[in-house]
Amino acid sequence: MASIVLDPLAALGRAAIGACRATGEVGLFALEAASHLFRPPFYWRLFWRAFVEIAWFSLPVVALTAVFTGMVLALQSYTGFARFNAQSAIASVVVISLTRELGPVLAALMVAGRIGAAFAAEIGTMRVTDQIDALTTLSTDPMKYLVTPRILAATLALPLLVLVADILGVMGGWLIGTYKLGFVPAAYLKSTFDYLETMDVVSGLAKAGVFGFVIGTMGTWCGYTSRGGAQGVGGATTLAVVASSILILALDYALTEVFFAR
Amino acid sequence: MRDGTALPKIRLRGLRKAFGAKQVLDGVDLDVAAQHGTVILGGSGSGKSVTIKCILGLIEPDAGVIEIDGRDVLRMPRGERREVLDRIGMLFQNGALFDSLPVWENVCFKLLAQKRITRAAARDRAAEVLGQVGLAASVGDLYPAELSGGMQKRVALARAVAARPDIVFFDEPTTGLDPIMGSVIDGLIVDVVKRLGATALSITHDMASARRIADTAAMIHHGRIVWTGPAAMLGETGNAMVDQFARGEREGPIQMELRR
Repeated sequence: MASIVLDPLAALGRAAIGACRATGEVGLFALEAASHLFRPPFYWRLFWRAFVEIAWFSLPVVALTAVFTGMVLALQSYTGFARFNAQSAIASVVVISLTRELGPVLAALMVAGRIGAAFAAEIGTMRVTDQIDALTTLSTDPMKYLVTPRILAATLALPLLVLVADILGVMGGWLIGTYKLGFVPAAYLKSTFDYLETMDVVSGLAKAGVFGFVIGTMGTWCGYTSRGGAQGVGGATTLAVVASSILILALDYALTEVFFAR
Repeated sequence: MRDGTALPKIRLRGLRKAFGAKQVLDGVDLDVAAQHGTVILGGSGSGKSVTIKCILGLIEPDAGVIEIDGRDVLRMPRGERREVLDRIGMLFQNGALFDSLPVWENVCFKLLAQKRITRAAARDRAAEVLGQVGLAASVGDLYPAELSGGMQKRVALARAVAARPDIVFFDEPTTGLDPIMGSVIDGLIVDVVKRLGATALSITHDMASARRIADTAAMIHHGRIVWTGPAAMLGETGNAMVDQFARGEREGPIQMELRR
């Protein structure tokens, strides 16, 4: 009888302790990775390769997401605002929603699925095939070689992607506004820029930098600590995407509180 | 010199390592003579790989002494330890070649990492070392995934010796190869190590390979070295444990731990 009550509690306790341990491990891992930025050598070639992989090759999926999100926002805002004769607010709703929230969050979720998984799979495979041990025997610090360039690349590339996503998202809203909802093109754009403040864009880009850091850190950490062959690498890849996604959503709320709470 | 005998290149004393409740190394004592080939024999899970990983600094032992050229590497400053370990080359069991790099960059990875060579010169050096292991210079432009198992092993051997190490470790060098290719790899190991004047420490299950590449053999069982002697004597050592292992006999003092 006691075990019916205690077993779930014990499982809960184990999960809580495991989560605390993992949080500490990820924190130390991120600190060590960051410390290598200030200790030469820095592998610029690997940084550049990761940067191009994230910023350039993620562009199509992020662009499509942004355009369709802008289009849907314009349509949905219209159906809601038309009831109150507030259609003129559509352009500002689209641009503020995109720059503050949807641009950074949706781009980050897309990149987490694409890049976080790739980092975890690549580094995880290197772990289970002894390639990381081989790096150590070849006078190369694996953290410096595999982890730091990727985290830095993700942190710097995501704001760029989000800037593009903001522009394309507004363009998506503009397309629907002008071709479907009957807005005058110039008036839609004027309305967009009249209500847009610098802080809207800057806060979104700052969020993007944080999300990029999270994606880079979780992807590399999950791969670096993976064990147990193909199954371990698969688990690490899944964990990288799930953990990054949850952290992105949670940090989005926290950062919104920091930037905009009164 | 130590007590009138030649200083061993590598000296292990009382090396212990446990993973959880499992005591993998339980006081390993071993001397590896300079410029000799030594092989550690033992069943799966006996602690061979862990011993080598402890020497390489990939695993921290719980206790014991690891001396290289008479200096205790576990108790020296980090920078000095790195310098000592930089003089060791390692051939991993599965090659552990970097998939994302062409063969020439794999071979000269250490030289490039230590900035001892330019990228242009590294191509020439890679061609030279690939030639020593019987591969054409054109193989340098291929990627590891484009190579057969035997070729991958040769490239891994080339990588292990390209930086001219003092000590080379070979982890199961013939595993996964057919007997002829295994013999070829063993021959290459002997040639390359002799050319370098290096000390070789290998671990293997393959008795034929052990006799070919080593002068001295040591048997590890339950985390301890239980016998050391000439590799040529394997199978006729008079030690029941070593002879059973060398002949691959089911009956004897070594009982396989089977989970039922």
